[in-house]
Amino acid sequence: MKALEITGLEKTYKNGFQALKGIDLEVEEGEFFALLGPNGAGKSTTIGIIASLITKNAGSVKIFGLEIEKHLSEAKSHLGIVPQELNFSLFETCLNIVLNQAGYYGISRKVARQRAEKYLTRLDLWDRRNEISRNLSGGLKRRLMIARALLHEPRLLILDEPTAGVDVELRRSMWGFLREINTRGTTIVLTTHYLEEAESLCRKIAIIDRGVIVENSSMKEVLAKLNAETFVLDLKNPVGKLPDKTEFSLRMIDPLTLEVDVKKKQDANALFETLSAHGIVVRSMRNKTNRLEELFMRLLEGEGSYYRREPGEGGPWEDAPREK
Amino acid sequence: MTLEKLLVAYRTILTKELVRFLRIWVQTLLPSAVSMTLYFVIFGNLIGPRIGPMGGFTYMQFIAPGIIMMAVINNSYSNVVSSFFGAKFQRHIEEMLVAPVPNWLILAGYISGGVARGLMVGLVVMVVAQFFSGLHTLHSPVIVCVVVMLTSVLFSLGGFINAVFAQNFDDISIIPTFVLTPLMYLGGVFYSIDLLPEFWQTVSLANPILYMVNVFRYGILGVSDINIQGAFAMIGLFTVALAGVSLYLLRRGTGIKT
Repeated sequence: MKALEITGLEKTYKNGFQALKGIDLEVEEGEFFALLGPNGAGKSTTIGIIASLITKNAGSVKIFGLEIEKHLSEAKSHLGIVPQELNFSLFETCLNIVLNQAGYYGISRKVARQRAEKYLTRLDLWDRRNEISRNLSGGLKRRLMIARALLHEPRLLILDEPTAGVDVELRRSMWGFLREINTRGTTIVLTTHYLEEAESLCRKIAIIDRGVIVENSSMKEVLAKLNAETFVLDLKNPVGKLPDKTEFSLRMIDPLTLEVDVKKKQDANALFETLSAHGIVVRSMRNKTNRLEELFMRLLEGEGSYYRREPGEGGPWEDAPREK
Repeated sequence: MTLEKLLVAYRTILTKELVRFLRIWVQTLLPSAVSMTLYFVIFGNLIGPRIGPMGGFTYMQFIAPGIIMMAVINNSYSNVVSSFFGAKFQRHIEEMLVAPVPNWLILAGYISGGVARGLMVGLVVMVVAQFFSGLHTLHSPVIVCVVVMLTSVLFSLGGFINAVFAQNFDDISIIPTFVLTPLMYLGGVFYSIDLLPEFWQTVSLANPILYMVNVFRYGILGVSDINIQGAFAMIGLFTVALAGVSLYLLRRGTGIKT
């Protein structure tokens, strides 16, 4: 079953800005889905329409088969939203914020208290439950919004940049938590600027740019479009000059660091053999950037980008057809 | 949502509203008691004896119902306007909008909060009024209860509509300052409209607060400048109209959705 089905969604704001130009999107039940895009691409507008906080101009949104215009109340009961901006009362305690949210869904105080303890404990907020929310750090405020969105145990959870401004440790523990609830059956749609996060968590991905979906497939398929990866090599001994006539495109960053593009048809063994033959010993090797980040940037470069070049033109991307 | 769930949601909104204004009772409940006491001292005690009796009662007794009504109107209005605008401003209105709470229930919750504050303050001022005016009996307790309730609902709805359109904090004080206060002062709180020239008596009939003050005065003292049934019809009509407008605005998402 489809957890989320968006068809021909359009939105033009009063100032004339067309945020969405007829997007189609489907998310299967149980999926961990990433919706990526640069600032102003239309991600938050899409989420706002799903949450019925923004009115659409055209198109339809179905949540577990329920059209939000016809079955708004039932559709909302399946949906949990973690917005990008803080949207809870800064004068309430953490516990009251989550209990009130449960109340809006008609959940009795008794059940709400049990769930509040469960989710606030899991998100390390139980000890601070009686603290006024404005006193929490940025990361804890974001956790509070996640706990609040889960109190009615939604089948579809949409998180709009939940880890923005959160430190690495907290971010990784949030990833663990999101994986856990996804494993238990909650469908998750995530928008994020940390592409490492999307690559690590999500199995399916859509990229939106200027109100249009420019990519929509599995993470594996998207990453397979990568025709070459750039690695950084840390050397044991300094090199004076680069080896001539190798099949690899080598660049010297400094005498102890090289950068190399390894195309899909090449392999790392051949690279090491070549380097060994020239007396170069590699101490360690790492990707220059996150693979998804590379793809994302190339994809958004538009006409004339590496993504659009024909094979053999030297770009790191295969000429994969763009989804319309 | 089932009836049981609707009740839980309603109770949640109402409790939140009660907690909000009770937590800051020094700002919400106390000021009216203080300012209304000053009205009684200045207009009732000091100036009143020079004015003489009005409508067959001492001036203090005559103005007491209007002063109580002023407190109810002010507090019902300002509770909803500040609470709903605050929810918009801090964006936690979205907590309700993403949940399956029907619009009418959101409205009912906020209005109930406004009514609760209006009635609480009204009760406090009534106690103060008893102390100054020596009024210990009500002419018609039923009329008193019904009119104070309706007035409170009506001005809570007014506050709600103001909050929906308000875009900044100035917008929530413009109506109370430039519309509500003049209407209250010209609504027969401190005088009988019989004292006015005929033209101004007719003009006064366009002021809805005149009807509320007079019905309330009738409930307490048994005297009124206007017909009680007609006054109830006017108040009822205004209430239904404002409730309709409020629900329409919520349905359209005016001021809360983009």
